[in-house]
Amino acid sequence: MASNKKYWKSEAELNPNDSIVEALRHNEFTEQIPVDEFLGDKENLSASNTSRRDFLKYVGFSTAAATIAACEGPVHKSIPYVVQPDRIVPGVANYYATTIADGFDFASILVKTREGRPIKIENNTDAKVNGSANARVQASVLSLYDSKRVQGPLAKGEPIEWKVLDATVRAKLNSLKGSNKQVVLLTQTYASPSTDKLIAEFKAAYGENVNHVVYDAISEDAALNAYQTAYGERALADYDFEKADLIVSFGADFLGDWQGGGYEGGYAKGRVPKHGKMSRHIQLESNMSLSGANADKRYPMTPTQQKIALAKLYGKLNGSNVGGGTSDVDEAVEKVATEIKKAGSKAVVVTGLNDVNAQTVVLAINKLLASEAFDTENPKYIRQGDTAKVTKLVADMNAGRVGALLMDGVNPVYTLPNSEEFVSGLEKVDLSVAFSFNNDETAQAANYVGAASHYLESWGDAQFKKGQYSLMQPAIRELFDTKQFQTALLGWMGMEKTYYDYIKETWSTDILQGGSWNKALQDGVFMAPAVEGEETAEMVSADTTEGEETTVVPIASAIRSLVNATSAGTELVLYSKTGMGDGRQANNPWLQEFPDPISRVSWDNYVTVSKADAEKWGFENEIVADGGLNGDYAKLTVDGKVLENVPVIVQPGQAVGTVGLSFGYGKKAGMQDEMATGVNAYTLYGNFANVQSVTVEKAAGVHEFACIQSHKTLMGRGDIIKETTLEIFNTKDHHEWNHMPEVSLNHQEIPVTSPDADLWESFDRSIGHHFNLSIDLNACTGCGACVIACHAENNVPVVGKREMRRSRDMHWLRIDRYYSSEETFEEDNEKKESMDGLWGEKGSLGGFREMEDASANPQVAFQPVMCQHCNHAPCETVCPVAATSHSRQGQNHMAYNRCVGTRYCANNCPYKVRRFNWFLYNNNDEFNFNMNNDLGKMVINPDVNVRSRGVMEKCSMCIQMTQKTILDAKRDGRVIKDGEFQTACSAACSTGAMVFGDVNDKESKVAKLKEDDRMYHLLEHVGTKPNVFYHVKVRNTHEA
Amino acid sequence: MLPLLVAEKAIVLNFNRKNRAKDFDRNFVNMKKVLYRHLFSKVLGLSLLLFSTSFYAQEETAAAETGGGDPAKGKQLFNQNCAACHALDRKMTGPALANVEQRLADDAGLDREWIYAWVKNSPGVIASGDAYATALYAEFNQAAMTPFPTLSNEDIDNILAYTAAPPATPAAATATAADTGAGSGDASGGISNEMILGALALVFGLLVVMLILVNKTLRRIAEANGVILDKEKEKRLPIWKAFAQNQFLVLVTTIFLLLASAYFAYGYMMQVGVDQGYAPVQPIHFSHKVHAGDNKIECKYCHSSARVSKTSGIPSLNVCMNCHKSIYQYAGNPEGPSAEDLAAGHTNDFYTGEIKKLYKAVGWDEENQKYTGETQPVEWVRIHNLPDFAYFNHSQHVSVAGVACQTCHGPVEEMEIVEQFAPLTMGWCINCHRTTNVKMEGNEYYEAIHEELSKKYGVEQLTAAMMGGIECGKCHY
Repeated sequence: MASNKKYWKSEAELNPNDSIVEALRHNEFTEQIPVDEFLGDKENLSASNTSRRDFLKYVGFSTAAATIAACEGPVHKSIPYVVQPDRIVPGVANYYATTIADGFDFASILVKTREGRPIKIENNTDAKVNGSANARVQASVLSLYDSKRVQGPLAKGEPIEWKVLDATVRAKLNSLKGSNKQVVLLTQTYASPSTDKLIAEFKAAYGENVNHVVYDAISEDAALNAYQTAYGERALADYDFEKADLIVSFGADFLGDWQGGGYEGGYAKGRVPKHGKMSRHIQLESNMSLSGANADKRYPMTPTQQKIALAKLYGKLNGSNVGGGTSDVDEAVEKVATEIKKAGSKAVVVTGLNDVNAQTVVLAINKLLASEAFDTENPKYIRQGDTAKVTKLVADMNAGRVGALLMDGVNPVYTLPNSEEFVSGLEKVDLSVAFSFNNDETAQAANYVGAASHYLESWGDAQFKKGQYSLMQPAIRELFDTKQFQTALLGWMGMEKTYYDYIKETWSTDILQGGSWNKALQDGVFMAPAVEGEETAEMVSADTTEGEETTVVPIASAIRSLVNATSAGTELVLYSKTGMGDGRQANNPWLQEFPDPISRVSWDNYVTVSKADAEKWGFENEIVADGGLNGDYAKLTVDGKVLENVPVIVQPGQAVGTVGLSFGYGKKAGMQDEMATGVNAYTLYGNFANVQSVTVEKAAGVHEFACIQSHKTLMGRGDIIKETTLEIFNTKDHHEWNHMPEVSLNHQEIPVTSPDADLWESFDRSIGHHFNLSIDLNACTGCGACVIACHAENNVPVVGKREMRRSRDMHWLRIDRYYSSEETFEEDNEKKESMDGLWGEKGSLGGFREMEDASANPQVAFQPVMCQHCNHAPCETVCPVAATSHSRQGQNHMAYNRCVGTRYCANNCPYKVRRFNWFLYNNNDEFNFNMNNDLGKMVINPDVNVRSRGVMEKCSMCIQMTQKTILDAKRDGRVIKDGEFQTACSAACSTGAMVFGDVNDKESKVAKLKEDDRMYHLLEHVGTKPNVFYHVKVRNTHEA
Repeated sequence: MLPLLVAEKAIVLNFNRKNRAKDFDRNFVNMKKVLYRHLFSKVLGLSLLLFSTSFYAQEETAAAETGGGDPAKGKQLFNQNCAACHALDRKMTGPALANVEQRLADDAGLDREWIYAWVKNSPGVIASGDAYATALYAEFNQAAMTPFPTLSNEDIDNILAYTAAPPATPAAATATAADTGAGSGDASGGISNEMILGALALVFGLLVVMLILVNKTLRRIAEANGVILDKEKEKRLPIWKAFAQNQFLVLVTTIFLLLASAYFAYGYMMQVGVDQGYAPVQPIHFSHKVHAGDNKIECKYCHSSARVSKTSGIPSLNVCMNCHKSIYQYAGNPEGPSAEDLAAGHTNDFYTGEIKKLYKAVGWDEENQKYTGETQPVEWVRIHNLPDFAYFNHSQHVSVAGVACQTCHGPVEEMEIVEQFAPLTMGWCINCHRTTNVKMEGNEYYEAIHEELSKKYGVEQLTAAMMGGIECGKCHY
C-alpha cells in the first residue's frame, strides 16, 4: 500500500503559492549557479596563457617542491639574554602587586609576568577593598598590547619628540603665568594622594589661574554632592553588604559598576545560607541589571516611580506622612517598609538614581536605620568627577578664557553629550594637550597628543577608601615612546626627580608612618594603622552636629521634589555594560567578544525594551534560519538629539515605559574597524543625567545580533538549575528540594549514582589527587570575570562577530542565563508537571510554546558551565582516535595533536562545552584580532598550546596550573595544602562561588562542599558523574 | 672551584702559527643530517697523518735568587688566590704580576714590607694615603684589591718567588705537524689499525694474484699435455626462466619484496622529523668537551634554570663572563691539543678566537677590562626541538627525579659539537616512563601516594607510568 505520508522540510512548503518552493521542486538551487561566469566565457578562457599542460606542470612541481621542502625541518634559533636579569628565570612566572586606577576601574591586583611580559591579572587577596579584578580589569592586560596605541607624542597627527612637546608646554605655561587666561588640567579620577599633591604643587608653581577639573565619563555627581552636603567631604559612602540582612536597592546596580563597583564579594558572603540564614535582596529598577537578576524580589519600576517610592519609604520609616505621587507604588513601598522596619540596623538602602535628592534621602534613611552596612567614616574616593566644573569649563573654553588645556585619561570629545561645543571651544584654546592611549577623538582634536603609558608601565598610588592605600608599579618597561602624565607634569614643573621618587617621598612623609616601603610595594596595599581614634571620633561628632542642622532642611525639600517627580513619556535609562564599562577599553577584542551577562549579546550595544512596549512600537526579536538573533532598528530622540539605527533587544524584566541603552560603544577614532561596534549613547547623556525622556520610533532594517544564547527559559527543566526557597531549605529534608534522580533496577527504585545502576567499570580515583570544582549558584552573580580569566589563561581565540552569531564561540567557560517563564522557576516546573494531553488548557503543545517566552518580570538564574570532566565521559567513548581520554586525577584530557576533528565528541557531550576550531584563528587576516599581530601575541600564555584549525578544544581544568602546583610541591618535598590548587576561573572568582581542590584530601574545602546537602551534578540522570558540581540556589523569598 | 679552574687555564702556551680560527658563516647553517660528519672528518684527519709531539723545556731556576720563596708552592697559592684578577704578563682586573717585586722596587722604591701590607690589607694602605697605592687605586677603576689577611709572609714570599721566576710552562708545544703534512719522520704514535688492515689487504691481494698465476700456469700445462678441461655441459633451462615459470616462487618473492619495501618505507617514514644526531654549526664554536669534559664544569652551573624551570636555559653571556673575564685564551691540555683536535682545526688559537667572539658579543673591552655596552646577542641554533604540543619540564626530571643530564642528552662532556643524542619521540619518552622507578625517598610529597599505590600494585618500587606518567594530558595541553 502506497503511503500518503508527506514530509515537510520547511513550513514554507505548506504555502502552495510559494514560488521558491515551486522552483525548488524542480531544481536543486533556486538560482542558477553562475558556472558561465568562469567557464562559459570562451574568450576569457582562450585568452588565458595557462594551458592545461602548464597547470599540471605547476601542480606537479609545487607538490614535489613541497614534499622535498618538508623533509628538512626549519632551523630554530634560540637567543639568550646577554645579561640575564637575576629576577628572571626563563620558564618561571613572576608576580608583581600593582593597582589599576584608570578612572573607571579601581582594583588592587597581581600581575603575572613571563620572561618580562605581563600575561595575566590575578586578584590581590591581601587587599581589603577592591581587591578583585572584574572582567574589564582581567582583560586590561590585553589593552597593554593594543596595536592601535599611540606610539609616541604627536603634533597635529605628526610624530614629534618629547622634548619638543615639553618645551612647547613649558613656554606656554610660563607665558600664561599671571595672565587672566586659565590653565586647566582636565583629568580622570585618580584617587591618588601623590597625584593630588603633585597637582597642588603644579598649581603653586604656575599660579592662581591653574584649575583642576576632574571628569568621570559616567558621572556619580549626585551621590558625591549628597555626601558632600551631609558629611562635608566630596566622596562616596561605603557599604559592606556582608553585614546586611536586608538589601534594598533603588536602581543601584551594585554588582555592576555602581559607584565604582567592588561590592560583589561582601554581597555574596551574605547570600550563601549559613545556619539557616541568608540576606534578602529587594531590587526596584527599570533596566534588568546584574543586581536585579540576583535579587530575591525585583520590582520593575520607572525611575520616576523609584523616586516616589523612595520618598514614600522615607516617610514610612520616619513616621511622617508623605503624600502625593502616584499610588501604584504604594503596595511595594508598604512591603519594603515593613521588612526594613523588621530588619532595623541590619537593613541597608542604596540607590543608583543620579539625583541629588534621592541620594540625600538614601543617606538619611541609612542614618535613620543606623545601618551596620553603612560606612561614612571611611568613605571611598574612586569617583571624584564634578559635572558643574566640566560644564563651566566648556563655557569658558568657548568664551576664550582658557589658555591651556592639559588632559589625561579622558576622552571628552567622545564622552561629552555636548562634544561639538567642546570641539569648538578647543579651537579657541591656545594650547591643548591630550594624554591618550589611543589616537582617539580627543587626541585628534587636540594640538598635541602625549602618548600615555598603560598602567602596567606606570608608577602610581591610590587611596580607594580612606586609610586603604595601594601602590602601582610597572610590570614592563614602556613598550613605546610613552610617558605617564605625572612624569610630564614633573618635567613641566622643572623638577628633576622621577615620579617614582616623588611617590616614595610622599609615602614616607605622609602615608607609611614608619612602615616599610618595600613591604608596601611587595604587598601592593597598605592599611593606615588605626591610631587616629580620637581624630575620627571628633570628626564624626562634628559631622553629626553639623549634619543634623544641614540635612534636616534639605531632606524635606528633597522628599517634596522626589514625590513630585513626573515623567514626560518614555524614560531612557543609560547604563554601563559589564563588559565595556565607560568604553575606554573598546578596542579590546576580549571585551567585545564577552557576552553580556543579561542579554548574552556580544559585539553590540542596543536599546532594551519591555515586551509590552515592543508590541506597542512593533519591535520584534526573531531567531532566523542560521540560528542567529535578528532585531529591528529604533530611532531614539532625546531633546532634539537623534540616535539612528539603534538595534532593539526585547528584554524581559524591563520596566514598562522605560528603555535602556549602554555606554561605551560607538567609538570610531583610534579603533580597529572590527571593534568599532554599536552606537554612542553619550550623545544622549544631556546634563549628565542617566535618565532622559525619549521618543522611540521604529526604523527600517534588520539588525543581526551575535547573541550566543537564544534559548531564554528552562522550560520547566528544574534539574539543570535546581533551586528552592530558604523556607523549604530550612524546614525540609534535602531529598525534597535536591532530589536525586532514580532508576528502576529489578523493580526497585535506586539512585542513578548507585554503583548497581552503572554500566561502566569505574576508574580508581581514590589514590593521589582527584580534582573537583564546586560552583555555588547562590554566590555566583554572573559577573563574568572568570570568562575573561579563562580567555587569558588558556589562549582562547577571539572569533569575531560573524562567527559568534553562528554560535561558534570559543569560550571554554560560559555563563548561562535563564529566565523563568512564569513569575518563578517553581511555577514553571509545576506548569510542566501538570501538563495533560496535547491540546486544551493544560495541553503540552500550547503549553511548551508559552514556556519558551520569558515572563515580563522573570526570575533569573546564572550558571557557569565549562567541561564537567565526567568520570564516565560520553565524549571519550566516541572518539575514533582516542584523542580525549581520562586521567586518574579526574581531568578529562584532550590531546590536540591527536585530534582529527570528527566532532563526534561534541555531538555526544550532554553539556555542549566542546569547542571546535572551524578556522585558523591565529596568523589569519580573516580574524584580525590579538593573535594576528606580534604585539597582541605577547599576551599568550607560553604554557598552553595555541590550537590550530580542525581540532576540538575544551576546558582542561587548567591542568597546566594543577601540574605546576604538584611540581612545586615535589620540588620542595612537601604535602600540598588546601587552597594551593586553583584554576583560572576559581582564582578569578571574587565571590567565592567557585572553589577548586582535591576531594581526596578529606580536609579540603571542596571535599566538604561535595558532602553538602545542596550539592548536585548537572544532568545527574545521564550518569556521567561529573567532577564539577553545583550548589542548589536558595532564594530568600520569605517576606517579613 | 673558580680560582682552580682559572689556574688551569692561565698556563700560557705560545704557538708560532697563524690563527686558524674558522669564520663560521651563520647563513650556511641548515638542518642537513650530519651523522657521518665525525667519521668523515676522522678519515680526512688520518689521511693527513697528523702527529704531534711536545717537549718540555723545563728550565731550572735558582730558588735562591728569589729571596727564599718556593716557586712551586707559590704557583699553587697564586692560582688559588690571585689568578682570578691577575695574570703574570697581562693587565686584567689587577696589574700584571711578573717580576712585580723588582718592578715595585725599581719604579717606586717599595720594598717587600709594603707588599706584605698591601696584600694583607690593601684598603688600609689606600686609606693611609700611600701615594703609590692611591695611584694604583685610581688606575684600576677604584676597585680595591680583596685583602688576604690569611696569607702569611711566607706565603707571600712563595708567591713573589713564583712571579719572579715562574716554573716555565711547556714553552712551545710544537704543533707544526699539520704544516709539514704526511710522511714526517717522527711518527711516534705506533702502528695504527688502519696500517695493519692495509698490510693485510696487501697480503690478500698478493695471495689472489698468486692464485691466479698458479691457475694460469696449471692450465697452460694441462693444455700442453692435451687434457680437455671443459666438458660440453648439458643444455639446461636458464635459472631465471625457471624462476619465472614457477608461479609460486614468483608470488612468494613478490610478497617478500612488498613486505621488505614496506618495512623499509616504514622505517624511513618513522625517522622523518626525528633529528637524532642533529649537530648544527653554531655561531660560536662552543666545545662542551672542553668545558664539561676537560674542565669538569657541572652542567647546572651554566644551565641553572634546569633546576627550577621547564627550560634548561641557554646560559646568558654574563654567565660565560664569570670565568671568561679571566680566561681570555685557550691553553688546552698541558700536553697541547690532541692529534684529533688538530686534525679538525681545533687548535688553541682557534679556541682563543672563539673566546674573542664571545667578547665581541658581550661587549667586553679586553684592553681596558671593561664592558663597552655594545652587545650583540648570540643566535644559537636550537638543537633539541620539541613540538609545541608536547610539554616537557626540566626541573621535574632534574630536580625531582634526579635524572642525570646524560640520560637524555648523551655524553655531552665528550662532544665537541653537541648533537641530539636521543630520538625525542613519544615512544622514547613513554618507554622510559614505563621502566623508570620514581625516586620517592625522602620526598614528603610522595609519602602518602607511595604507600597507597604500592599496596594497589603490590610492588615496592613504582614506575612513572604507575604514577600516571603516561596519561595524555600530562604532556599535551
